[in-house]
Amino acid sequence: MASILEVQNLVKKYGDFTAVDGISFDIQEGEIFSLLGPNGAGKTTTIAMLSTLYAPTAGDATIGGHSITREPMEVRRVIGVVPQDIALYEDLTARENLVFWGRMYGLSGKSLHARVDEVLEQIGLTDRSKNRVKTYSGGMKRRVNIGVGLLHKPRMLFMDEPTVGIDPQSRRAILDTVKELNRQGMTVLYTTHYMEEAEELSVRVGIIDHGKLIALGTQKELTRQVGQTETLILHLGENDDAPTLAAALTGLPQVLNADAADHSISVITPSAADALAGVVSRANERGIKIRSIDIREPNLEAVFLHLTGRALRD
Amino acid sequence: MLKLLLIGFKDLRVAFRDRAALILMLAAPFVLTLGLGLVTGRFSSNSNSGFENIPVVIVNQDQQALGNLLVEIFNSEDLVDLVEPSLVADPEAARRSIDEDTAAAAIIIPAGFTESILPRAEDFASPGKSASQSVQIEVYLNPSRPTSAGIIQSIVDEFLSRVEEARLAGLTSTLQLIRSGRITPQQAASAPPPDLRAATSAATLAIAIDSSTAQGETVQFDALAYIAPGMALLFLMYTVTQGGRSILAERAQGTLSRLLISPTHSAQILGGKVFGIFLTGAAQMLILIGASSLFFGLKWGDPLGVIALVLASVVGATGWGMLITALARSPNQVSTVGTAVMLIFGILGGSFINLENMPPAVQTFSRITPNAWSLDGFTTLGLGGTLADLGVQITALLLMGAVLFGIAVLLFGRKNLVQK
Repeated sequence: MASILEVQNLVKKYGDFTAVDGISFDIQEGEIFSLLGPNGAGKTTTIAMLSTLYAPTAGDATIGGHSITREPMEVRRVIGVVPQDIALYEDLTARENLVFWGRMYGLSGKSLHARVDEVLEQIGLTDRSKNRVKTYSGGMKRRVNIGVGLLHKPRMLFMDEPTVGIDPQSRRAILDTVKELNRQGMTVLYTTHYMEEAEELSVRVGIIDHGKLIALGTQKELTRQVGQTETLILHLGENDDAPTLAAALTGLPQVLNADAADHSISVITPSAADALAGVVSRANERGIKIRSIDIREPNLEAVFLHLTGRALRD
Repeated sequence: MLKLLLIGFKDLRVAFRDRAALILMLAAPFVLTLGLGLVTGRFSSNSNSGFENIPVVIVNQDQQALGNLLVEIFNSEDLVDLVEPSLVADPEAARRSIDEDTAAAAIIIPAGFTESILPRAEDFASPGKSASQSVQIEVYLNPSRPTSAGIIQSIVDEFLSRVEEARLAGLTSTLQLIRSGRITPQQAASAPPPDLRAATSAATLAIAIDSSTAQGETVQFDALAYIAPGMALLFLMYTVTQGGRSILAERAQGTLSRLLISPTHSAQILGGKVFGIFLTGAAQMLILIGASSLFFGLKWGDPLGVIALVLASVVGATGWGMLITALARSPNQVSTVGTAVMLIFGILGGSFINLENMPPAVQTFSRITPNAWSLDGFTTLGLGGTLADLGVQITALLLMGAVLFGIAVLLFGRKNLVQK
């Protein structure tokens, strides 16, 4: 399959600070490619350059055969962008927003209104389309934000952390929408700092940290780099102090890293069987009752930890 | 071009959906106009124009019927509150009083003025060939009191217009009598002059300030014709700075970035934003003009002149809005600076205090504000002027807008539209 996007040694500097440091990768037509990295890694700056908002300090990229530095207007016709922040006119209704943005992409007349109806249906807001956006919940705004990016049926869709700050139900709906769009043939570049999203959506993943692309390949290729590590997921009670236990577990010889989140702890270890006894013992010492334990194969979290020595959420 | 219009109309729609902004754009100037109208007595039965005791110096070298009549008019009961005339003999002394800013205007009625107007025997003997030497009244106006001077000028103009009408009417009737053989040219010359006194009394001269007592086609100056544009222009500055603020607000909320990554040139985006400010300002002014005409019965004057002046005023004000925006770093900064500029321009430009009551230096400095030029224009229209009389004001406002917009574009170019 042909590449729709080719990034060559892209650099963005702000004075002495290098936000993106010579990254290169390509995306095949029809795939969902995830760019995974912690906050501040350079994901949004990369999207801003690829969408022609910022000029790169060095390097170039082609999208649909058009250079982002030499043919920005052609690139803009090929791409759709769903920015991380909700970029809508809150005093306008969802329909008015979609009509306005559709016109900005050259749609007009009956085809515009038909497409707006279609997108409203797709994002599940037909019934609320005549309400002003400012009356919407965060999840609904996110859906309109995505709808704007889809209006002109772009060949390539950039989605910059589209699930930040929303409820699990809306998050699920967005991930399903991304998969559906891809099923219809749209190529997607999806940035996230949620490992689970990258794992669910993409075959190929790029891991970015401090502006550098530190890993690139299929999930299997990446996890193979880590070697034989396993992850123990400890599920705790609502009143248990997960961060304190995670800190205590980090000191165990069999534990490479322990990361607390939402009444659970992810423990990365070379051998789950060897680590289990020590983990349970530390929990008992602190009076914390482990409700259940899952054992998982190596994942992207482990890859990131292996490459950087830090957890994705650090 | 289409996208520029789309952005402009979108901004107009967004502006008119913001309730807080609507209060300041429309309700506040309307209520303030109403309040000031009540204070000046505009809505009471014994209302006045807000202009009173305008000092005027008259030199009557004519000392004949028409010269004396004009002096009488200025001393009449009808104008007793409006003007404060003083008679002097020396034209130079009269002009000096203007140069020294002790009077708003000097009226110099030259010797032979009456003779140059009233028909003589030879006029009837060879009609169409006037033997009289044309003698004109000189009205020496004080440029630092443009409104008061304009009122005096309009009284004199109206007087002369009525005199001319009466003279022509009398001449035509007399000529018809001569041609029909009913009287001879000699008899016509010895006949009493046309009834100029009745035709030119102050009550009919159209200088009446209260529209309810004005008679016929009048050249009135309604106090509200100064107050209403003053308030509208004051809050026009609010609207244009809010419009400018929307550029930075769009930058902060991400919609500007979204526009910039759509297949739209940045010049179209900036042009659209400016067009939106212009549209909103023009809509605000026209709504206020419509509302004050409807609810206060205010006559703004020549409609073409009003429209042209509104558009030029919005151009001038938009220039300031763009400059403030280009210099500011955040939407809040635009709001703060914009409010300060609105108030300063309101004071400097005459929205609160008639500029004539300001020192000459302040009057000169006030020309940096669109308010001052625009108020001049609205006063001219209120005094019966037309679009043709607004050349200076409209040119100044358009130039102001163009220069300030140019500076703003340069500043924007340097800062980069997407800079956060």
